Amino acid sequence: MLGRLSTDALPFYSWVALSGAVITVVTFIAVIGLITRFGKWGYLWREWLTSLDHKRIGIMYVLLALVMLLRGFVDAAMMRAQQAVAHNSDGYLPPEHFDQIFSSHGTIMVFFMAMPFLTGLINIIMPQQIGARDVAFPFLNSASLGLTAAGAGLVLISLVIGRFSTAGWTGYPPYSGVTTNPGVGVDYWIWAIQLSGIGTTLSGINFIVTILKRRAPGMTLLRMPLFCWTTLASSTLMIFAFPALTVATALLALDRVFGMHFFTNADGGNLMNYINLFWIWGHPEVYILILPAFGIYSQVVANFSAKSLFGYKSLVFATMAIALLSFTVWLHHFFTMGASANVNAFFGIATMVIAVPTGVKVFDWLLTMFRGRITFHPAMLWTLGFIVTFVIGGMTGVLLALPPADYLMHNSTFLVAHFHNMLIPGALFGYLAGYMYWFPKAFGFTLDQRWGKRAFWCWIIGFYLAFMPLYALGFMGMARRMEHYEIAAWQPFLVTAALGATVIAIGLACLAIQLLVSIRNRANNRDLTGDPWDGRTLEWLTTSPPAPYNFALIPHVHHFDAFHEMKLRGVAYTRPTRYEDILLPRNTGAGVVLGGFAFIFGFAVVWHIWWAAIAALVGILVTVIARSFCDRIEFLVPASEIEEIENRRFLNLSKGNAL
Amino acid sequence: MRLATGAASLLPEPEAYEQRALGFWLYLMSDAIIFALLFATYLVMVDNTAGGPGGQSLFHLAHTFGETLLLLTSSLTFGLASLALDAGSRSKVIAWLAVTFLFGLGFLAMELFEFRDMLAVGAGPQRSGFLSAFFTLVGTHGLHVSAGLLFILVMICQVAVKGLAAPVASRLLRLGFFWHFLDIVWIGIFSVVYLPALL
Amino acid sequence: MKDTGAPEKRRSNTYAAGYVLALLLTAIPFGLAATNLVPRATALAIIAIAAILQILVHLRYFLHLRLRATAPERILALAFAGILILIMIGGSLWIMFDLHHRMWI
Repeated sequence: MLGRLSTDALPFYSWVALSGAVITVVTFIAVIGLITRFGKWGYLWREWLTSLDHKRIGIMYVLLALVMLLRGFVDAAMMRAQQAVAHNSDGYLPPEHFDQIFSSHGTIMVFFMAMPFLTGLINIIMPQQIGARDVAFPFLNSASLGLTAAGAGLVLISLVIGRFSTAGWTGYPPYSGVTTNPGVGVDYWIWAIQLSGIGTTLSGINFIVTILKRRAPGMTLLRMPLFCWTTLASSTLMIFAFPALTVATALLALDRVFGMHFFTNADGGNLMNYINLFWIWGHPEVYILILPAFGIYSQVVANFSAKSLFGYKSLVFATMAIALLSFTVWLHHFFTMGASANVNAFFGIATMVIAVPTGVKVFDWLLTMFRGRITFHPAMLWTLGFIVTFVIGGMTGVLLALPPADYLMHNSTFLVAHFHNMLIPGALFGYLAGYMYWFPKAFGFTLDQRWGKRAFWCWIIGFYLAFMPLYALGFMGMARRMEHYEIAAWQPFLVTAALGATVIAIGLACLAIQLLVSIRNRANNRDLTGDPWDGRTLEWLTTSPPAPYNFALIPHVHHFDAFHEMKLRGVAYTRPTRYEDILLPRNTGAGVVLGGFAFIFGFAVVWHIWWAAIAALVGILVTVIARSFCDRIEFLVPASEIEEIENRRFLNLSKGNAL
Repeated sequence: MRLATGAASLLPEPEAYEQRALGFWLYLMSDAIIFALLFATYLVMVDNTAGGPGGQSLFHLAHTFGETLLLLTSSLTFGLASLALDAGSRSKVIAWLAVTFLFGLGFLAMELFEFRDMLAVGAGPQRSGFLSAFFTLVGTHGLHVSAGLLFILVMICQVAVKGLAAPVASRLLRLGFFWHFLDIVWIGIFSVVYLPALL
Repeated sequence: MKDTGAPEKRRSNTYAAGYVLALLLTAIPFGLAATNLVPRATALAIIAIAAILQILVHLRYFLHLRLRATAPERILALAFAGILILIMIGGSLWIMFDLHHRMWI
């Protein structure tokens, strides 16, 4: 009846795991209790969960990302603490639990922190930047969010019921195969990323169609803000790279559930093919994460240098070149697998080639700042921190791109330091810059800058403290993912790294305080004009937060700094003589229902509760088919209502001295 | 959002259908990559028979040819349904969709018979890496055909209930993309899986 | 169906023409496999060429793709997918058979 599920699934194997489970359950109950206590279920359902407004869906994505950032960081801190004390001792984490932690840390940070964060920011901003009223497929957008949340839910519930994978975030067979890993952990991992992967593919399709088909008149492709270009590139990678992950993990699941022989040691399996398939996705994924951040940096650096972006076209071409080249380098993740020199040399050279367009971008950003009037807004600080730090990471990357050097450093902490050096400044700093830059656009008040700067300094100092020692440890021969070790010389470095993690923890606390302080002072920080930073692109033309339709009148675009140019000509805030009716997508709960069924499906497959899996699958099909019968999916906002909203806007604009 | 309530609901504007066509096209491209990687995996594992039977002894040329004819003809009949849609003839659209459904069902039945015969001689997907790859590649195509059949049924209902209004016509266009796409994948399957094994 | 770009009258013929061409391009490779007239390597080459031609036939006659008339985004997406399929299949086979070779499989 319940498959493999029994009371044995509860985490009584270690006190740390048990407290993790208790904290998760208590937090969950507390959130449910608070919502009930304040009677907010109806509000939550009507205004958020069923909303098809791209801005609200985006905010929910970012919220999910921030929650998962916290969870992923707790994992990281536990690993640092373990390694700091585990010289000649077992530390406080049993090996089985330590392995779950590094697996869930990687999985969460890539799939459930970075991906939702960038999808959320794109959702909130990109349609506004191209002068659109919504994304092309608002319902699909809500379904994507449901699927991503279902995947995140599976990772979270694995803390309480059963265990998570111990096979690392890459899940290499044969260790992730059923003979060595018969439990539910790897299945949780497979289905969590499978569900969120489908959501990501759908988001990618949605964003591409939005960008190609919903641009305002006059906005040619080469007048799009750079963030839209990087979104286009990143979305292209989503729909063309994610199938490889789907295939790799689906075949692994077939091996595990049906006893097939794709990646087994015996009976004609070929486990190297898994590694091949996984990285066909894995390398483009790096650029899926980084490119949107590059877009954010490009917006921020131009805005806070009060200059047009330098080398706009070169940035566009560099972005698209990276998007294509990212499909030609995947073997550099497994140089040591035993390919011949020709193969390794080809992929090594391709890897170095991809550093060229990235270098172009760095120079473009530097030259944008050259002779600019730079404002040190927190978003700008993240950008500066990124440029300096990312270049260091890029250089260690070129080092690793040399196959002979890679043979020495493969799977050492040097590699761990390298990819954190790329992804923390290259992706996370960018998302945080975007968060601080666009927060007023989403909520109507600005974030406190002092606490933002404190957060930045803690993060960047903490980052160097935490990861520079890992480079040295890699040279000293320390492998990644060690639960304990016997070499005394390593310990000072690991203690320093743990100190770095502590500083980052303070940085996270600063972020939380910043949010709370800003909410408390929101009356003083209100953004009346919708343009708090003297912005250059169209998202600053709307109110903060924007009306549901974003633009009462779709703007005409003449320049890639469209809004800046409109302000120069003095036509940014011209009042139309009359308003017209606007069509907007109607709310629907189908996205939530789909996410719910997907979660049940994933959970049931993990535990081999086949009847529930089939029922959930039928539920998904019925929901999709029922939805396909709905043709009247939009509603009309009458011109009179728009006029009312816009009149309030012009009142605020004059209060904010924008007119 | 006060706006969400009360206001009258409306059909989307015509450009919306063009956007849906492009979106569906992009989905098919993504799906094509899935098949491409399954093909690559099949080619990597085609010799990994682990002492079990290979394609030479398991595949039958006439059977595969029959499947090919059924699927190809179903593409033609779907085309006739599209023509009937252009002509605005509701009953003809339903009739040709039904014919397409039967051809598709025939294809699926032949595929299942083939699988059953292979399982009967102990050549199931658990037997060897080669057979795992074979069943997964061909089975994934079969699953897509099943989804396509379900899609056809849904569209027959929609045409019967709603007529050939713009939203229905746009869904039929996308169903056409899907159905013709499956035929293209099948060209790959008989050219990569069946024929080389039988040469 | 505006976005196919083909005039209505011409479309009715395309399905019949496509069907005949596809039948022909199916019969050739199946005939080769049935008769073993030509050496294996030649037969494989012909099968591959027939398959590619038939895919083009399907794209043109059933999916009505026209280089000039079809929306450029769709052609571009198809071309990009084609390039990536070549990179992924070609790369995978190169990598995996190189490994086979070195492991004397």
